[in-house]
Amino acid sequence: MNIYEQQTSNKRTTMALLGAFFLLFLALGAGFDYFYLSFDPVGAQPTYVMNAQGYYEAANTSPQLVPYGTIAALLFGAIMVLNSVFNGAGMVLRSTMARRAVSADPAEQQFLNVVREMSLAAGLPAPAAYVVPDPDVNAFATGFSPENSVIAVTEGLLRTLDREELQAVVAHEMSHIRNYDMRVMTVAAALMGAIALVSDFAGRSMRYGGRGGGRSSGGGRGKGGGPLVLLLFAVWILLVIFAPLFSRMLAMAISRQREFLADASAAELTRNPMGLVSALEKIRAAVNPTRAINNGVAHMCITDPRGSLIEEKSGFAADLLATHPPMEKRILALKMMAYQKAPAGA
Amino acid sequence: MTVLAIVLGLLAVWLVFTFNKLVGLKNQVLNAFRQIDVQLKRRHDLIPNLVNSVKGEMKFEKETLENVIQARAAAVNAGQGGNMNEVLAKEGMLTQALGKLFALTENYPNLKSIEVVRTLMEELRTTENQIGFSRQFYNDIVTRFNIQQQVFPTNMFAAMLGFQPATLWELPADSVERNVPKVDLTV
Repeated sequence: MNIYEQQTSNKRTTMALLGAFFLLFLALGAGFDYFYLSFDPVGAQPTYVMNAQGYYEAANTSPQLVPYGTIAALLFGAIMVLNSVFNGAGMVLRSTMARRAVSADPAEQQFLNVVREMSLAAGLPAPAAYVVPDPDVNAFATGFSPENSVIAVTEGLLRTLDREELQAVVAHEMSHIRNYDMRVMTVAAALMGAIALVSDFAGRSMRYGGRGGGRSSGGGRGKGGGPLVLLLFAVWILLVIFAPLFSRMLAMAISRQREFLADASAAELTRNPMGLVSALEKIRAAVNPTRAINNGVAHMCITDPRGSLIEEKSGFAADLLATHPPMEKRILALKMMAYQKAPAGA
Repeated sequence: MTVLAIVLGLLAVWLVFTFNKLVGLKNQVLNAFRQIDVQLKRRHDLIPNLVNSVKGEMKFEKETLENVIQARAAAVNAGQGGNMNEVLAKEGMLTQALGKLFALTENYPNLKSIEVVRTLMEELRTTENQIGFSRQFYNDIVTRFNIQQQVFPTNMFAAMLGFQPATLWELPADSVERNVPKVDLTV
C-alpha cells in the first residue's frame, strides 16, 4: 500500500476503534443507569396501588428519562480532557527536564533547521524545539493544535542519527501534530477514565446495595421480561468486570494505529520512507530505556521508552497491550511504501 | 411543495459550504506559490553574504599561517647563515608570529576552516531543502484543490462558482535543471 492508501486505511480503523470504545462506554453507562438508577426510557408499566380514597391509582408513572450515571461519567471524562488540554504540554516538558534547542551547538542548529523544513513541507507553523538530556535515542511530540505544539528529541538521538534519519524522525513527530493525535489519545484516555469510574461504581453498588431499588418497579412489566432482563444483567456484569481490560486494549489499539499513520504521514512529508527505516533500525539497536520520559507521554514517543523489549515479543499479550506496533511491522509497512516489498496478496 | 423547498434549501446550504471550502483551498494554493518566492529571496540574500564571511575567515587564518611559515623559513635561513644577531632577530620574529597564532587559537578555539565550511554547507543544504519542500507543499495543496473540484457532486458546480484547476509546479521538459550535475573534485 502506498503512502496515501495507508493513511486512509489507518484513519478508517481509528474511527472504527473509537466507535467501539464509545459503544462500550454507553453499554456500561446505560446498564448502570437501568439497573441501579432506575433509568428506563422505554417506560415500565405503571403499578397500580390503592390510595386513600379507595380506588386504584397509577403510581410510578413518570419514568426516569435522564441517565444520571452516564452523564456523570461523561462529565468526569470531560474534566480530564480539559485538564490535559490546558496543562498537558507543560507537565510533560517539566517532567522530562527538556530545554530549548539553541543555535550555538551545530547539532542543535541542524535540528532546528530540520524542524523548519518539515513544518514547511507540512504547511504548518513550526513547533517549539526541545532537547531532553538523556543518552538514549527517543523523540516525542505533544500539543493540541499546531499553533502551540512541541517536538522534543533526546541528546542521544542527535548524536546517533544522521541528517536524513533525523529528518524522518522529525517528520514522524510532525505528523503526530498534523493528524491531531494528541486529541485522539486524550479522548481515548478520557473514555478509559469514564469507563473505569462507571465500572468502579457498579462494583460498589453491587457490594452494598444488592440489585438496587430501581428494579422493583420492573416487577410490573410483562411476564416474559424476567429471564431476558436477568440475561442482560449477567452480560452487563461480565462487561463491568472486563471493562478496564477491554478499554485498555482498545486504547492501545488506537495508539498503535496512530503510530502506523504517523509513519505513513512522515513518508508523505519526506517522500523518503527508507530514511525512517534506517532510523528505526538504529533506534531498535539502542535497546536502553529512556528514563527521562515517563508513562504519561509514552504513547507519543517514536518508540516505547520503557524499553524496546516489549516490541520484540510478538505474543498475544504483547500485541494487545503495547503502545507501539512491533518494529518489524513498522519497517515492513515502510518498505511497502518504498515499493521494496510486495503487499500481501499482490 | 414543502419537500421541494426543503430539498432546494439543503442544496443551497451544501453549495455554500462547498464554495467556502474551495475558496479556502484556492487561497492556500496562492499562498503556497508565494512561499516559494519567500525561500528563493532568502537564498538570494543569505548565501552570498555567508560565502563572503567564510572566505574572510579563511583568509584571516591563511594570512596568519603564511606569516608563520615565512618567519620560520627566514629563521632557518638565518640559522644556516650563522650570524648570531640575525639568527636571534629572525627567531624573535618567528616567536612573535607564533604568538599571534596561539592568541588566535586561544580566542577562537573552533577556528579551523573545516568547521566554518561545515557550517556553510549545512546552511546551503537547509536552504535548498526549504525551497524543495516549499515546492512539494505547493504541489500537494494544488492536488488537494484539484481533487476537491473534480469529485462528483462538486464538479458540476465548480466552473459555475468560478473555480479553475490550478497548475502544478514543474520543470519544463527541455530544462537544463533536469540534467545530472557533473561532480568534478579536481583542484
